[in-house]
Amino acid sequence: MPRTLDPTDVPTVLGESDIARQGRRVLRRRFVTVGAGLGSLAMIHLWRLAGVADHALCAIGPLASPSDTYELLATNSQIPRHERLRSDSGSTIDAIWGWPGYALREAVEDSHPGSAIQALTEPVLHEFFTPKAGQVYRSVDREAARLGWSRVHQPGWVQMIRRAEGGGYWILAESLDDGPIAIAAEHVHVAIGYPGVQLLADLQQFRTDHPESGFRVANAYEAHGYIHDELLTRPSTVLVRGSGIVASRVLQRLLDDVEHNGAQTTVIHLFRTYVSDAQGDSPFFRRPAGNGFAYQPFNYPKSSWGGQLRARLETLDGEARAELIDGMGGTNTAPRRSWRRQLKRHEGRGTYRQMHGVVEKVVPTSDGVRTTIASADGTVATVDAAYVIDATGLQADPTTHPLYADLLARSGARRNPKGRLAVEPSFEVTGTRSGTGRLYASGAMTLGGHYAGVDSFLGLQYAALRIADDLAETGALPRIGPARSARGWLGWARNRRYDSNGVLA
Amino acid sequence: MTPTLLGRIQTRWVLLWTIGLAWVLVVGPFLPLAGPSVGAVWLAGFRTLLIVSIVGTAWEFVYHGLQQLRWDKDWPTLFGLLVGLNEGAVAYVLLRNGLPLAIPGLTVAPFVWQFGTVWLVVWAVSNGPIRVLFPRWRFAGGRFW
Repeated sequence: MPRTLDPTDVPTVLGESDIARQGRRVLRRRFVTVGAGLGSLAMIHLWRLAGVADHALCAIGPLASPSDTYELLATNSQIPRHERLRSDSGSTIDAIWGWPGYALREAVEDSHPGSAIQALTEPVLHEFFTPKAGQVYRSVDREAARLGWSRVHQPGWVQMIRRAEGGGYWILAESLDDGPIAIAAEHVHVAIGYPGVQLLADLQQFRTDHPESGFRVANAYEAHGYIHDELLTRPSTVLVRGSGIVASRVLQRLLDDVEHNGAQTTVIHLFRTYVSDAQGDSPFFRRPAGNGFAYQPFNYPKSSWGGQLRARLETLDGEARAELIDGMGGTNTAPRRSWRRQLKRHEGRGTYRQMHGVVEKVVPTSDGVRTTIASADGTVATVDAAYVIDATGLQADPTTHPLYADLLARSGARRNPKGRLAVEPSFEVTGTRSGTGRLYASGAMTLGGHYAGVDSFLGLQYAALRIADDLAETGALPRIGPARSARGWLGWARNRRYDSNGVLA
Repeated sequence: MTPTLLGRIQTRWVLLWTIGLAWVLVVGPFLPLAGPSVGAVWLAGFRTLLIVSIVGTAWEFVYHGLQQLRWDKDWPTLFGLLVGLNEGAVAYVLLRNGLPLAIPGLTVAPFVWQFGTVWLVVWAVSNGPIRVLFPRWRFAGGRFW
């Protein structure tokens, strides 16, 4: 992480002389995306489509490949490259068109029509096709190379974004190769993802109070392979908390090890909210559920990315908007048959047991963790486990990240009804305009705006498209019309690279 | 797909009268059992497109209603293909029986070739290639404007 700047040391609006005084190396780029992850990839993809040349482009972030952070989190949460993500065939993060989708590509690569047939008949005859993680990463690497990523990527950590005198923004950063830098940008896009991993409050307290036993509790997004390794060596009990997609994946890993690798693990699964019946009173808005889980194929109903629910959400504001987002989202998992069958099998054998309640206390024991649970049936139960895996999620509060916190405190940004960063339907960060310059954000931190699926491949692409359209409206970029789009697609399909002038070779 | 009602109707008309029309004009005369003359094939094709556009617009309300019973408010790819059966059957009856747009002497086999291939081509284009030209289309629930 970078050296943090004291926000009060830096003027709210920066001039050239302020930058000169700080002795920073100065870069000037008209379009800058901050994060250099998948959100930035989607943005550069669109900017290249609009014809932007190297000298006007920059993606700043610490990691070399745009999928590095994603892969780290996915791998930690037990989705290695050969496992499948929760994303549909057409959500191709390497191409705005989504065609051919991952299913057709997999069919061609494997010379087997299975995945293509699955995508054609989903979800009627088959479950939704979902791509393997490794396929997505390969597509990202190919696209990054095609876009000239290494030429426009500035390795570094962004410390602060402030308005510039006369319009536009100054991005203050620590370059990984070259010390402090300042980037003068007219338009900035921020896609830095989640501020971090968030351990449940009681488990965080446990770690603080009992550092020697801290390794006994882990968030599923942290590297916790050592837990799975140790479970192979001795009979143990594990407590899993949470009932979303990450919990499903962790349960699968634990039970796969029991079935195939000789682990003698008993899995206790604690639900804070146990969903036994379909959610919703209206026959037109009722989510399937079963065995404690709320079920839907993706993290929001499919049409929230581009159909009826997207259109409806765009018309709503304030609490009504937050309510619809909560109704469509919240904790839920994919109704995969293999998962449901596996849980049933192990429930029968006693190697998987569900509990429903609220944690009252977490204390260490000589060889693990004791969790006291106020059960939903009014009794108090204790669970002694070797390890506790928290599968409840990532840190969602923007103020815990210095960059967001500074935008909120000093640059006019506001929070939306979900407490995250407020953005316009164009994904411009509300209240941050600077002369002709615009500041945009996409990804997880914008949940609560007019689009629900922001934290997804397709959501990042949708945001990038809206941003490109907004910039086209101001005259900063040409609009991506049918001809430009088709030329871009041909270049993508034939793997033609962009040269330094932003022209397809 | 995740169409809105307006998106469904727009997509139907736009694709039938671009891809569908091109198919009827260029490929239609070469289909098996095409008909006595190119003019007759074109006329039959034109009338079929018109019926499928007009009656299909009514069908879209039915599909939209059924879609409301789905949590995801989506319309599976397979449904988009299979509703060709009911639409084809109704269009055939209408084209055969007495409407101003009727095709005199229409029989099943040529109709199946004509209608079936148009339906397949339009369905295939709407499931991917259309986005090459219109990248916003899928986000807009199938609306073009």
